[in-house]
Amino acid sequence: MDTLPLPDGGTAAPPPTPDQLRELYSLMAAVRHLDAAAVAWQRQGIIPGYAPELGQEAAQVGSGYAVDTARDFVFPTYREMGVARAMGVDMVAYMSTHKATWHGGLYDPVASRLAPIQAVVAGSVLHAVGWAHGQTLEQNDGVALAYLGDGASSQGDVHEAMNFAAVMKAPVVFFVQNNGWAISVPTERQVAGGSVAARAAGYGIPGLQVDGNDVIAVLDATRRAIAHCRSGRGPVVVEAMTYRRGPHSTSDDPGRYRSLDEERSGAGEDPLGRLRQRLLDDGIADDAFFAAAQAAAAAEEASVREGIEALGPRPGSEMFDLVFQETTPALQNQAASWREESEHV
Amino acid sequence: MTGFRQAQSPDAPTPHPEAPGKRTEQLSMQQALNRALDEVLAENPKAVIFGEDCGRLGGVFRITDGLQAKHGEKRVFDTPLAESGILGMSVGLAMAGFHPIPEVQFDGFAYPAVNQIICQIARMNYRSRGTLPMPITLRVPSFGGIRAPEHHGESLEALFAHVPGLKVVSPSNPHEAYHLLKYAATRPDPVIFMEPKSRYWQKGDVDFGAADAPGAGSPAGAPTGAKVMREGRHLTLIAWGAMVSRCLQVAGLAAEDGIDVEVLDLRWIKPIDADALVASVRKTRRAVVVHEAPLTSGLGAEVAQLVTQGCFDTLKAPVERVTGFDVPYPSGDLEDEYIPNIDRILFGIQRVLEYKRG
Repeated sequence: MDTLPLPDGGTAAPPPTPDQLRELYSLMAAVRHLDAAAVAWQRQGIIPGYAPELGQEAAQVGSGYAVDTARDFVFPTYREMGVARAMGVDMVAYMSTHKATWHGGLYDPVASRLAPIQAVVAGSVLHAVGWAHGQTLEQNDGVALAYLGDGASSQGDVHEAMNFAAVMKAPVVFFVQNNGWAISVPTERQVAGGSVAARAAGYGIPGLQVDGNDVIAVLDATRRAIAHCRSGRGPVVVEAMTYRRGPHSTSDDPGRYRSLDEERSGAGEDPLGRLRQRLLDDGIADDAFFAAAQAAAAAEEASVREGIEALGPRPGSEMFDLVFQETTPALQNQAASWREESEHV
Repeated sequence: MTGFRQAQSPDAPTPHPEAPGKRTEQLSMQQALNRALDEVLAENPKAVIFGEDCGRLGGVFRITDGLQAKHGEKRVFDTPLAESGILGMSVGLAMAGFHPIPEVQFDGFAYPAVNQIICQIARMNYRSRGTLPMPITLRVPSFGGIRAPEHHGESLEALFAHVPGLKVVSPSNPHEAYHLLKYAATRPDPVIFMEPKSRYWQKGDVDFGAADAPGAGSPAGAPTGAKVMREGRHLTLIAWGAMVSRCLQVAGLAAEDGIDVEVLDLRWIKPIDADALVASVRKTRRAVVVHEAPLTSGLGAEVAQLVTQGCFDTLKAPVERVTGFDVPYPSGDLEDEYIPNIDRILFGIQRVLEYKRG
């Protein structure tokens, strides 16, 4: 797969330390566990829906781990739980979007450095360009990470975003998770030429395709891309080749468009198992560590589930109060009617 | 527009009396808008202006003329030719603490950006629970009347007014243009600023001191709400943008026949000033709303409902609408047949005046 030279001319990024490798494993284990749990919560009626990221733990944790939350800003899709977890976002607040509590989630996007979850495919990619250009205007060194998938790469906004960013040399990492499937449509019927990263050449910017199931490779590529952006050299496209092992969402039935055999052969090596083997081979972790990581993941899931179950609906008045910074007479009248007729106040 | 150039009739609104230390200048709307943007850039270091040809050229209508030279390329810049990109980029700039003032070159080219305007700009404050406000002032040269090619003469007010999270305003003359733009460009919410391109070059007095004279429903000095542009007793003409000056012309002509017409400039299409509508029509008991946009589901229907709701007991006739037709905006040769002209507005007035119950 591809590599990107470091801005200082060196080719070797410092490899993750053993502590960092263990932390990456713990994060991926927590994400795997919470992801599976969220599907179960939907089946149990705790949440109405969820978009699993099973199989994308390395792509999400590896890239999210590279973010400097003191100065960078991340623009997610609706399938970025692993990124949010790696960035340290409160998971109850994040998962509240799937509980149908509030569309964007209850987390504070400004403090979290994670834009609100939004569901228009490719909708936030241009936002990353604007935010990044703002960093240039103010001579800050923050970098924007725009998350998108192979399906989103078909949207015109992605072309506009890459072209704008390249023209303006905006510090944006376009982080593409090519997970093989846009609901039921496979990459070969989605991405002409087979590679989103290859399109970067047309914009005169670097494009890297990395093994998205190798968390170390993803972390390295994302760090290089961020360093490239931070040094004022403009945007980068990183395409992490991975596989959506689960359904598109809890409402989806992959049996209608792919067989279990196809899933097995397409999915490749499990990213979590792969890191586990690497840690074992290198003597960085032992069975006790893995058992502890699993126990921690289970405890975390239990705690998040408790938080989600305890989460009541937001007050209906927020429907009206949060539309504008400066409300309007019509909204005030509607809020008053609502209070009178629905809340009987 | 042949034959319908702005008439400085004796009944046209007179400039506000000069208060001590206040300045009044005669400017075109293009100059007034340019002045407002210049001042906004000077007063707010976070304000940035961008769009297609906004920089070196100063925009195809020259509204941003000279601003890049004066304020620099970081404050006023050209973008690639893609409206969704311009508006999507505005979202990110607003998230980074800027006050973007993007321009869409012509009304019809707002359509490629509708996804970003409706799904993103209008909702980000709500989605983010108020933590990511969208102080975006989108300038859109709007409406018809300049014999332009297709997609250069659209009236989008009803479309945008229908979207929760957007505010919509349209100035009718240079004074309004200056004050409404300065006001809109300092608000913390997204405002669609619809500039009547057929009025860009007509001059009028701009009183830089007074934001506004007191108007019904609008506190003195506030560029909010609607504004009575001419007082009358028999009927209220309600309009915005380029149709206001035409309604003032009509009012002058109607006066020759002894019909005393009040002209209400709605100014803010959203939030709409229902109090001013009701106050005016309570007095005149008759209303005609005039707009360039097509009839069906146009803003005239909203105005008619608000007037009916507030004045049902005293209305002498149903609220009449004089509007464009339910057709795609026609070529220049036919646009005078499409845009409400003086005769059609006078017919509308006649229908209301001659209405008999039962």
